[in-house]
Formats: sequence, structure tokens, C-alpha cells
Amino acid sequence: MASYSTNDFRGGLKVMLDGDPCSIIENEFVKPGKGQAFNRVRLKNLKTGRTLEKTFKSGESLDGADVVDRDMQYLYNDGEFWHFMEVETFEQTQADSNAVGEAIKWLREQDNCVVTLYNGSPLAVTAANHVELEIVETDPGLRGDTATGGTKPAKLSTGAVVKVPLFLNTGDVIRVDTRIGEYLGRANK
Amino acid sequence: MFASSANIATLQKRAFYLQQVRAFFSARGVWEADVPLLSAASVTDVNLEALHCQVGGHQAFLQTSPEFYLKRLLAMGSGDLFYLGKAFRQDESGPRHRPEFTLLEWYRCGLNTQQLSAEIIALIQHLQPEITVQYSSYRQLFIDRFGVNPHCATLAELTAVARQHYGVSWEDPERNTWLDLLFTHGIEPHMPAGLLVVTDYPASQCALARLGVNAQGESIAERFEVYWGGLELANGYWELTTAEEQATRFAADLKTRASLRKPLPPVDQHLLAALEAGIPDCAGVAMGIDRLLMRLLGEAEIAAVMPFGNG
Repeated sequence: MASYSTNDFRGGLKVMLDGDPCSIIENEFVKPGKGQAFNRVRLKNLKTGRTLEKTFKSGESLDGADVVDRDMQYLYNDGEFWHFMEVETFEQTQADSNAVGEAIKWLREQDNCVVTLYNGSPLAVTAANHVELEIVETDPGLRGDTATGGTKPAKLSTGAVVKVPLFLNTGDVIRVDTRIGEYLGRANK
Repeated sequence: MFASSANIATLQKRAFYLQQVRAFFSARGVWEADVPLLSAASVTDVNLEALHCQVGGHQAFLQTSPEFYLKRLLAMGSGDLFYLGKAFRQDESGPRHRPEFTLLEWYRCGLNTQQLSAEIIALIQHLQPEITVQYSSYRQLFIDRFGVNPHCATLAELTAVARQHYGVSWEDPERNTWLDLLFTHGIEPHMPAGLLVVTDYPASQCALARLGVNAQGESIAERFEVYWGGLELANGYWELTTAEEQATRFAADLKTRASLRKPLPPVDQHLLAALEAGIPDCAGVAMGIDRLLMRLLGEAEIAAVMPFGNG
């Protein structure tokens, strides 16, 4: 794998730090006129999801991380692993619960998603930002109540629970923002 | 895709301020010396890298500041003088750095650091009359922020403070590296919104300044810096005028450079000869004009005040 100097650090670059693959979020050049130059770097640890801040002396370098994002289709869960298929090559891969994380609660079988591979193995799964899912369980809708702004929990076909307005019913299809887990609106039928 | 990073209105304000700077010095009897940018020699500062190129088959360096040429003029009896023009520093690029930038540098005969810092304040107040001014020693800033005395703290103590506060996982044998890290990461971000004059730098950061002693009896450099809202604007010295001491510092710089496997630029023998011949007792300061304009015009990015600042 190539190695990258602090001059090459850009948002999105994947590097190895203390044995873990990380994605660079931000790189700030700091230098007193006559003094040592530094790079203050914010990174996201792709294994733990945590964001961290590190300072390097300018010119230092880190090894690149073999991390790639692939468009895949979610196939099924066998009780232990979740199976995905690369859309173009039909190649299949299995991910454990650490890798699928929260994303799986937005995915139905055959849905497309992004699987991040680290050294060829799934590291993380990301659902589409917006998904449309059917409500399978919620209190009966209050007809006409579109104005009070009240909400109630609704269970979706994937098992996720989101807060929805009071007028919605079981069987309605809604749009959800998966990044924050919030109701966006009713899906157009 | 042809437009400058700064718009025309900003560039016209820039032209106005440059005119004001020239008028300020003209009124004080300080003349403008327009010295070369290309020289066969360069600075030896461990943390400054000059751009270089081939000119007529010989290596030449784009100057990181007009200092050496101005000092040669001082040795010729120039009297008070200033330079307002470009300077170049390799590998410096970011929201507050460009490899090519505009530098104002001036020398005042018979002035010490206090008198020269008063003149810098007068220049900035000439451009922005209502600005506030505070003074603090480098020592006091460190004690207030980190509880350590930068003049006495050991390498191990400074390293420990840096590791405690910031994500650092490397080693460095130079105390100055740790002082620079703590200063840029912990002190600059908490500076006042107006001007702050930081005085009495550590003796290990003397560069081309004389050495002195502070009220506590600690050895310090006769060097100061001016910050505006945490942005480093200017760096001034009560100038070293002895050739022998200057030659020793050049040699020490080159030794450090060799240990870090950095390039070894040729020492400017003309400067040493000028010091040998004698330059008057003087104080000098260099100010980043683009950064001054960032603050005057309320811009967060240096390119926003520079014509074609993105190259």
C-alpha cells in the first residue's frame, strides 16, 4: 500500500493509524513563522466509528489503508451473518453484526447499500440516506389530525422503530432519513 | 475559470491599504528599498525552506524575506528603510499560509524592541484606529495556560503536557518543537480579539535577535511577535549585529539541519561581511501583509485577500 505524507492528507483519504483503518475528515496546516510546522488532523476510525484528533509534524507520513466502498445488494441473514452481493460481479460476501451495525435496521432483502471493504472483508455497511419502508405496527391513525404536531412510535417492515405523525396507519409507506433515523414524509404511491 | 481568488472590490481595498502603509513610512522618513528576490544564498533557519531554481547554470534561491539584503544596505549607511513586496516559502500552504505572499519588513536605527513594537501598533492603528492592544510575555502565556515555565521546563515536562492535551504519539528531542506545538495549539486559539504583543521569546528561539535577561533573571531572546485575534502578523528583533555570533548561529542551524537530513543551503557570506564591516544598532520587524488584510477586511481565508491566491 502506498504511504501518504501530511501534504497529501485530504478529506476522504483512508490511512492506517495505530493498526486501524481511518478516514481523514479535516487537515489543518499550523506553523509559527519561524517555528515547526504541524498538521492538525481529524480522523474517523472506521472500525469503531469514533472521531479523533491527531497532530503530526508536517512531512510525516502514514500508510494508506486498503479500504474501498462497493455498491452491493443485501440478500439475507442466516442467523449469524448477513449476506451481500456485488451488483456488477455477482460476487457474494458475508458481514458480521459489527460490520452491519445500525444500517441493517433500514435494509430489506434486495435493497441496495454500500459495503465498505477493508483488506477485502466487510468493515461497515451504509444504507441509502433516504429509504421508503412500510409501517407494520402503530396505534390507529387519528383521521384528519395533520396539524397538532404530535407523534407516536411506528414499527417498520425491517424492525426499525421511528416517530411518526398521529394520522399515519399500519400499511402506510413512509420515507426515512437513515442518518438520523427520522421520519421525512409519506412516500408517493 | 480565470478569476482571481479575491474580487475586484477587495483588491481595490488592498491597493488602498498598501498606499497607506507607504504613506506611513514616507511621513516618518523611512525609505522603500526594492531588493532582489533571487540570491545565491538563503536563510539557514531550521524551519524555513526556500524555493530554489537554476539561473544561468547556477543554483539560486527565492528569498524567504528581504532581511539579508536590507542588512547589507544598513551596513552601507542606508539609515531607516523598508521593503514591501513578495517573499516565498516552500511547503507552506493552508488557510493562513501561501508559498508566495506579501511581506513588509522594516529596520529602525537606534530603536529597541519596545520602541519598535510601539511603531507597529502605530502603523496598525493608522489603518484601524479603534483596535485594542494588550501585552504579555511568552512566559506568562505559558504559565497561565499550562502552568509551566517555558524557560525552565525540561523536555520531558513539555512532552508530558503536550501528550496530556493533544493527540501526539511521536517523540522529538528538540524543546522548541514542543514549545511551538503548545503555543500554536493551546495559546494562539485563546488570544484576545484585538492586538496582542508577545514579548521575551525563549533564548532557544532567538534566530537573528540579541539575547537578554528578563525580570526573573532568565535568559531570553530580544524578540517579539504581534498577533491580531490569534493570527500571527509580525515578528520583530532587536537585531544581532556581531558577525562572529551570527556565524556561530548559522553553523548551529546547519548542524541541526544535517541531523534532520534537511537541505544545507549556502550561508550568505555577504551578510557576514556586512556585519563584520558593521551595521548600526537597530531593530527590525517583518509583517505578513496578506494576514493584516485578512483581519482588516474580516476574511477567514488568506486567498480571499490575494490576487490569484489559489495560483
